[in-house]
Amino acid sequence: MGIEDSLYFEDVAEGQQVPSFTRAPNLMEWNRYAAVNDEFVYIHMDVDKAQAAGMKDVFGMGNLRLAYLHNMLRDWIGVTGDIRRVDVQHRSLNYKDEKLICKATVTKKYTEDGENLVDLDLEVENPEGKNATPGTATVVLPSRG
Amino acid sequence: MTQEKQVPEVSDELNAFVGKTMRRQVSHPVTESDIRRWAIAVYWPEKPPRLFWDDEYAKTTRFGGIVAPDEFNPFAWPIDPGETLLTDDDLAPAIKRMGIGMNILNGGGGNTYFERIRPGDVITAETVLDQAYTRPGRLGVMLFLIRKTTWTNQHGKKVRESRGIGIKY
Repeated sequence: MGIEDSLYFEDVAEGQQVPSFTRAPNLMEWNRYAAVNDEFVYIHMDVDKAQAAGMKDVFGMGNLRLAYLHNMLRDWIGVTGDIRRVDVQHRSLNYKDEKLICKATVTKKYTEDGENLVDLDLEVENPEGKNATPGTATVVLPSRG
Repeated sequence: MTQEKQVPEVSDELNAFVGKTMRRQVSHPVTESDIRRWAIAVYWPEKPPRLFWDDEYAKTTRFGGIVAPDEFNPFAWPIDPGETLLTDDDLAPAIKRMGIGMNILNGGGGNTYFERIRPGDVITAETVLDQAYTRPGRLGVMLFLIRKTTWTNQHGKKVRESRGIGIKY
């Protein structure tokens, strides 16, 4: 399954796990993201400045973790689905080369105003096994019918 | 018997700011290159999906052409930073008079998506102070300020509604 495929509403079940999306970002990813998002902040780029702010090292942008969650959802729903809504909380930081595993679980599927909607719980699992970015999302899927 | 902490209500003085416009900004026209670079950055080191850079492929999809990734930011690299009408400094006296500190936490937020962003789009964003409420927290009384930003395209169609949660304590 990838973004060029289609996922249909009938193929989704509550409790289903979405295929995960994994990255272990460091300055190569962060600098590229800073460049496109115009997000140049010392604590993401300069160790001395990050440590002066009380962090152990430079750390990644919350917005990039949010983008990774979107990538996971897009890969799953394919080009015929839409992400309708994503809400997250940033609970902890991610440092260089730490593996982030984006995960999602289907919590509800329903039809509302003629649209086939699927609600999900979101997770960005960090190396400690904790959810660095808990959240929820809703996607819209086509029906085979 | 549970003893509840005394949490001050949001003052009338601060509530007077709720519903006010904080910021207005208009993007430069979005280009295919902006979209391609964004997609490369967020999928790095993997090649991004063709929907975001291959117009021939994108024309065969229901979108009829390249669209931006949902979370794309068209407001990066502005010449004109836009119009700021209400800042945290404007709110500070009212917040201090409620006995709340000026420390800030990013409480997260979210987006609701409507129309997709396409090359050539010019996006207007307007941010309002949508809600203010207090809650007890580990660090004392927390003041939650919810900012709602509405993005519309040049056709007047809604593109996105964003919620940003700022916490003062």
